[in-house]
Amino acid sequence: MDVREIICEQNKVYSKSKILTDTTLHYCPGCSHGVVHKLIAEVIEELGIQQRTIGVTPVGCGVFAYNYFDIDMVEAAHGRACAVATGINRLAPERVVFTYQGDGDLSAIGTGETIHACNRGESIVVFYINNAIYGMTGGQMAPTTLCGMKTATTPDGRDPKLHGYPYKITEMLAQLEGVCYVTRQTVASAVYIRKAKRAIRRAFENALAGRGLSFVEIVATCNSGWKMSPVAANKWLVENMLPFYPLGDIKSVGE
Amino acid sequence: MNCDVRLMKGNEAVAEAAVRCGCDGYFGYPITPQSEILETLMALRPWTTTGMQVVQAESEVAAINMVYGGASLGRRVMTSSSSPGISLMCEGLSYIAGASLPCLIINVQRGGPGLGTIQPSQGDYFQAVKGGGHGDYHCVVLAPDSVQEMYDFVAEGFDIAFKYRIPVMMLSDGMVGQMMEKVVLRENRPRKTDAEIVAECDSWALTGRHPNRTHNIITSLQLQAAEQEAVNLQLQAKYQAIQQNETRWDEYHTDDADVVLVAFGCSARICREVVDMARSEGLRVGLVRPITLWPFPSDRLGELAQQVQMLMTVELNAGQMVEDVRLAVNGQVPVCFYGRMGGVIFTPDEVLEQLKQHL
Repeated sequence: MDVREIICEQNKVYSKSKILTDTTLHYCPGCSHGVVHKLIAEVIEELGIQQRTIGVTPVGCGVFAYNYFDIDMVEAAHGRACAVATGINRLAPERVVFTYQGDGDLSAIGTGETIHACNRGESIVVFYINNAIYGMTGGQMAPTTLCGMKTATTPDGRDPKLHGYPYKITEMLAQLEGVCYVTRQTVASAVYIRKAKRAIRRAFENALAGRGLSFVEIVATCNSGWKMSPVAANKWLVENMLPFYPLGDIKSVGE
Repeated sequence: MNCDVRLMKGNEAVAEAAVRCGCDGYFGYPITPQSEILETLMALRPWTTTGMQVVQAESEVAAINMVYGGASLGRRVMTSSSSPGISLMCEGLSYIAGASLPCLIINVQRGGPGLGTIQPSQGDYFQAVKGGGHGDYHCVVLAPDSVQEMYDFVAEGFDIAFKYRIPVMMLSDGMVGQMMEKVVLRENRPRKTDAEIVAECDSWALTGRHPNRTHNIITSLQLQAAEQEAVNLQLQAKYQAIQQNETRWDEYHTDDADVVLVAFGCSARICREVVDMARSEGLRVGLVRPITLWPFPSDRLGELAQQVQMLMTVELNAGQMVEDVRLAVNGQVPVCFYGRMGGVIFTPDEVLEQLKQHL
């Protein structure tokens, strides 16, 4: 049988979301970003909010997300996505605005902008991709790098006496009145992916209902930065990241 | 025609003008000597009338990035600050320039460097005119010398910003911002409707991906050198057009002048008095006041250099604009300089005395 006979409409079991463009992802094979993009795109498509949605991309590996989502998008300066999203949200409250930021962008250089957007209760969705490393710049220590973890700037492993401790900004943000939903998810296996999608959907629904700011952390892999195969990276994430960054909803208002 | 005349501070005039000229959003952070802009806007509550939004940000860094977000929608957005705060905004300003977004930034200058003083200064000329942030970019820089101009330059600033998709900076100072004068409140302009913004900005702004176009992306990132250079060339072409079309200046008694003073903003107000005093003593002194500091009226100064014996640049700084005056004059005649710093303001007698020493 010719392969072209197999690739036909009636045999199709999966197709990518219409919200994703045909641009080839620049992410390393095995990286979590592709999966998270897919989930966000599916939710936007399912909710029918392509025209209403505006995305804000960070500086970091996610910077080119604007090439992959078929929605209007703006690229923010490093760490400033939540401030940019605030400007959009205030002037176009009918829009559904989300930011997509990494751990360095959101919880190092952008800590202030993040906290204050949360505290003002901007009606936006914040995606926080925590892979414990600076991927784009070549694998340096992030605020979330685990103690003992080797990176380009902690070649002997993160020593808290020298480099400080990893911190959980997600739990801190849950304390703020303006935040209606705080959750931590991962995409390290099919089961986790399904749960993560439910959380992403809920976050967008909150934005549509104007309930406040929804904050979705995704514990992610950076197999290139971690110097592991994709499979080993997912296993390492479950065994090492999840004990320090436990999964589940941390805050959920209006339930 | 609305001919409302009011007595107000320069800072209050900016706030009043913003509401009346169809501004969609203001994002700011308190800093002396310009906090009245944010305070007046909060007191005016424009969100209950025109729908203009006003947000007190957590920092100047956040404020300029809120402006970036609002500008990306094709809305008329602005911020204001004073010197140290403008330094913090320079990163965002570079991104705004790189992404070709229109907006208005107001710098009510105070003395520096560092935390400096809260007294008036013109020490941010280089920062405003030569860049401030990183990369090859310009803002159009408007220099008001009166409360009326602080009012008028809000609408004018937005017009230029949208005509060229460029950040416009109003470079004021603590004197013009704080002093009170009568202001003619021009005819109100309504805010643009959503449909008008789509009609005007749909080719580039975040008006929402719709079936009639592909998605719009606002970015200043081009990783390929050739693509970045193409962006740079586009920006330079725009700057050239602005230099041709938007250079503005004012002249006072230059027709028969032997000596021309060059001054902007509050220094120009003082220098008008110097011209009058010099003329009463029989000295033929004139004044050129650049209204746009970028683009700079270089051609006109070069022309005047053929007529006069000398130019004197007068600034509240260590000598910044004088470099552009010398470039314009190109060695045809001497260009001397007088300035005070640190918030100290020269008197007309003092400037005249200095001028006489050079004659």
